[in-house]
Amino acid sequence: MDRIADLWGPRTPHAKGTVWPARVDQYLADGLAEDQVDRWVQSACLLCSNGCGCEIAVRDGRMVGIRGRAGDVVNHGRLGPKGLYGSTPWASSPDRLTHPLVREAGRLVETDWDTAMARIVEVSRRLLADKGPLTHGFYTTGQLFIEEYYTLGVIGKAGLGTPHMDGNTRLCTATSAAAFKESFGADGQPGSYTDIEHCDAIFLYGHNMAETQTVLWSRILDRTRAADPPLIVCVDPRRTPVAREAERTGGVHLAPRVGTNLALMNGLTRELFVNGWVDEPWVRAHTVGAADLRSIVEPYTPREVARVCDVDAGELSRAARIFGESRDVLSTVLQGFYQSHQATASAVAVHNLHLLRGLIGRPGSGILQMNGQPTAQNNRECGADGDLPGFRNWDNPNHVRELAELWNVDPLTIPHWSPPTHAMQILSYAEEGSIGLLWISATNPAVSMPESARVRRVLAGDQCFVIVQDLFLTETAQLADVVLPAAGWGEKTGTFTNVNRTVHLSEKAVDPPGEARSDLEIFLMYADAMDFRDRDGAPLIRWRHPEEAFDAWREASRGRPVDYTGLTYEKLRGPTGIPWPVNDQAPEGTDRLYTDAVFPTDTDRCETYGHDLLTGATVTEQEHRALRPAGRALLKGARHTPPHETPSEDYPLLYTTGRTVYQWHTRTKTGRARTLNDAAPDAWVELSVADAARLEITEGDVVRVESPRGAIQVRARVGQVREGAVFAPFHYGAWDPAGLDVDASPSRQANELTMTVWDPVSKQPYFKTAACRVTKIRAGAGPAPAPTTAASAPATDGVPPTAGGPPTTTRRVDTPHYPNDPGAR
Amino acid sequence: MHLVTYIGLAHHSEQTLAESLRVIGDGHASQPDVLHTCHTLAGFSDGHLARLAPIVARYGEQGHGEVEEPERLHAAGLAQVRSGPVGLLRDLQDLHVLATLVLTTWTVINQAAQGLRDHELLTLAGEAGGETSRQLSWLNTRMKTAAPQALIVAT
Repeated sequence: MDRIADLWGPRTPHAKGTVWPARVDQYLADGLAEDQVDRWVQSACLLCSNGCGCEIAVRDGRMVGIRGRAGDVVNHGRLGPKGLYGSTPWASSPDRLTHPLVREAGRLVETDWDTAMARIVEVSRRLLADKGPLTHGFYTTGQLFIEEYYTLGVIGKAGLGTPHMDGNTRLCTATSAAAFKESFGADGQPGSYTDIEHCDAIFLYGHNMAETQTVLWSRILDRTRAADPPLIVCVDPRRTPVAREAERTGGVHLAPRVGTNLALMNGLTRELFVNGWVDEPWVRAHTVGAADLRSIVEPYTPREVARVCDVDAGELSRAARIFGESRDVLSTVLQGFYQSHQATASAVAVHNLHLLRGLIGRPGSGILQMNGQPTAQNNRECGADGDLPGFRNWDNPNHVRELAELWNVDPLTIPHWSPPTHAMQILSYAEEGSIGLLWISATNPAVSMPESARVRRVLAGDQCFVIVQDLFLTETAQLADVVLPAAGWGEKTGTFTNVNRTVHLSEKAVDPPGEARSDLEIFLMYADAMDFRDRDGAPLIRWRHPEEAFDAWREASRGRPVDYTGLTYEKLRGPTGIPWPVNDQAPEGTDRLYTDAVFPTDTDRCETYGHDLLTGATVTEQEHRALRPAGRALLKGARHTPPHETPSEDYPLLYTTGRTVYQWHTRTKTGRARTLNDAAPDAWVELSVADAARLEITEGDVVRVESPRGAIQVRARVGQVREGAVFAPFHYGAWDPAGLDVDASPSRQANELTMTVWDPVSKQPYFKTAACRVTKIRAGAGPAPAPTTAASAPATDGVPPTAGGPPTTTRRVDTPHYPNDPGAR
Repeated sequence: MHLVTYIGLAHHSEQTLAESLRVIGDGHASQPDVLHTCHTLAGFSDGHLARLAPIVARYGEQGHGEVEEPERLHAAGLAQVRSGPVGLLRDLQDLHVLATLVLTTWTVINQAAQGLRDHELLTLAGEAGGETSRQLSWLNTRMKTAAPQALIVAT
């Protein structure tokens, strides 16, 4: 089966309330047969946030393929195109980093570990002696393992004592975490993937799941293609496969003007109030703030929403009615909300809808605030992103004391005097030079952060010493002072947690190339060299191996909402991943949170006292106590404000960035998987039919897209985006499988155009609200390099369909028993 | 009636605060959250001013000959920004002082409005005071965030 052409594989439709049937997907490279595989090694897929349980095929010490695990609760054996074709080719790519590099006379040259680490330690010690720990910044990722995040978290918070730690999770999942904290008091996914089997309607907000989590989408398709399908409601400015499924099921596709999500959400919320769809007794018993919320949303009549968002008032009301009258509703949210204007307020509004109807904590009534990356959740849990480990509140002295006792350090060492420094602020401190050492692991900000020209300037400048730890010499590594070669997935052992809290163990399958080392080993090497000590003079980091690091993290999670105390490596070697909390009360894990409608909002337990959703001002402890949430969820709202940049005469169109199904992030792995890269080999922009006609642009023409900050020159796809908006995939930088051209001009990098501006609460940068203009440069020779299979489909016929994946196998197997699955009882 | 003095003070100090927020926001545009939030907060003050207009029409205002304005009543606004991280901190502190004047002015008006049983004025004083507290909360949050880096590390 060609899984480039068929993104979701064959259907296994099934009735509501029954278990999703198992189906095992498998791919072996180079036409290998199954009996040529030496061994299969347990893991979970790392090429999106879904967290599919899988096994890595090994032959002659090399990773050569992958298959799904039928017994895993997440995927029931399935894998998506990226997982199948992209999981292993990068590992044996000839351009892997195999030696440390240091900058000598302006050039990066190979060296050994001792030399590279000595250079880091020399700078680190000098800065600490001169100005203290606030000179150190760490920028990580959503792709390390628990053991690595937690170790780095302890180094940063108890060894150095710097608040400047964040990850690229700030760009992808910060709003999800922030929204949970505002509504429920702490991070933690309330819902479960099993809600798909039990719901009557699914609302997808800014979430093109068909491309971002293909396996989860196939799980939905297996319900929508059955005899009793749920209704789909899609909020997206593009006519994505999700939007088409909404139309097919008799649901609704709302395509609001870019930057107006909150106005739309306020309109939906108001409809619940005025149509009597609010469960008043439940709201009285389990929430705080309904009256204030009602007054905030009051002005957002369907007519007003139609005016602000440019959607049909009747369709808005119809969507609200589906929410108001369906017995059980599942909502999912992703970047269309998280990376757009008023992100946290919009994501919180999704919670509000569920809380107003009491649709939470039972099968079918769930919320899935998604992540973009496979281990983003762990960065949030373990404290490498600035939050304190275990969902502890930096503003609560008792929480800080717990950690100080665990680590045996002075509580004042642990930075907790103000909120953790977010990524864009870290960059700003690096720009001014007050952060003099910036350590970047497993991420490529030179391509992925907004306003690329500024990012390159900051990283390349002399004011800050930059360390990059990665698999390849990325666009970012090119700018570093020291480059450290890291081991990747399958080359090291560790655990990670997916969107719906399911923890997987990923075992080492092969050795890393050359002198590359695991991120854990690298962090430990730094800790050893710096000789971090606890209060009694003993080494601060008392573990050497992944399993010991996991056990240390487990202790840090004890008694917190994110309780891992019932998990061990041994337990994780079973047939399936296990969702937290796992403890004495729930030894086999927990399918969904808040079944008792008690939320971690108590002032002494919560992860945050909350924020003003409009300004980001923090709520004080006294204010929170006065509110007495005491286990009740918080209903919070904000009015809509216009985006920071609106179309003008010079820049008449709205610019929004996003993803394609075949590429992932900045293509570090997928760009090296030939099958995937051939399906989406180069950047493009999407225009609506009407805008293209007005600009006299036809399919494949070379166009220049320009904002006040920069420009790109790419080919145009006349496609499925709403009129007035321009869509650009963010994956493409200066690197290409054919080579690296950092001076490429004109650029094709979508972030040349984006703004440096972020959400007031989650601090997530807005990649989806900028103004731009498009001009035709010349006629193209053939269609744009955009795929035809999903949201980037052309508006007109005549573009050859995207296809050409080598054969994969897919076979139905008996559906095993899944622990915690409500359909299996 | 000295209430008119305080209505005049509310009018003037809200205006000063709005203008100063815009000056500081624009002057620190390299900090995008400062730029955009200052403008949002200035919008709060604009709203209070708009709602104050009919009340001014009813009671009059100082400067119309009814009541002598005490000396040194008004605070001067911020005409220009300071530079650098410490400059930002000081500018936010000055805004905090201006906003505190606005808040206490609304507190005083609120008291008088109760005595007068003036529902319109009472509602405005309560809501405007609440929004001024939000302005102060943000300024406080932003100062706390900026202080360590500015005071310890920045050059």
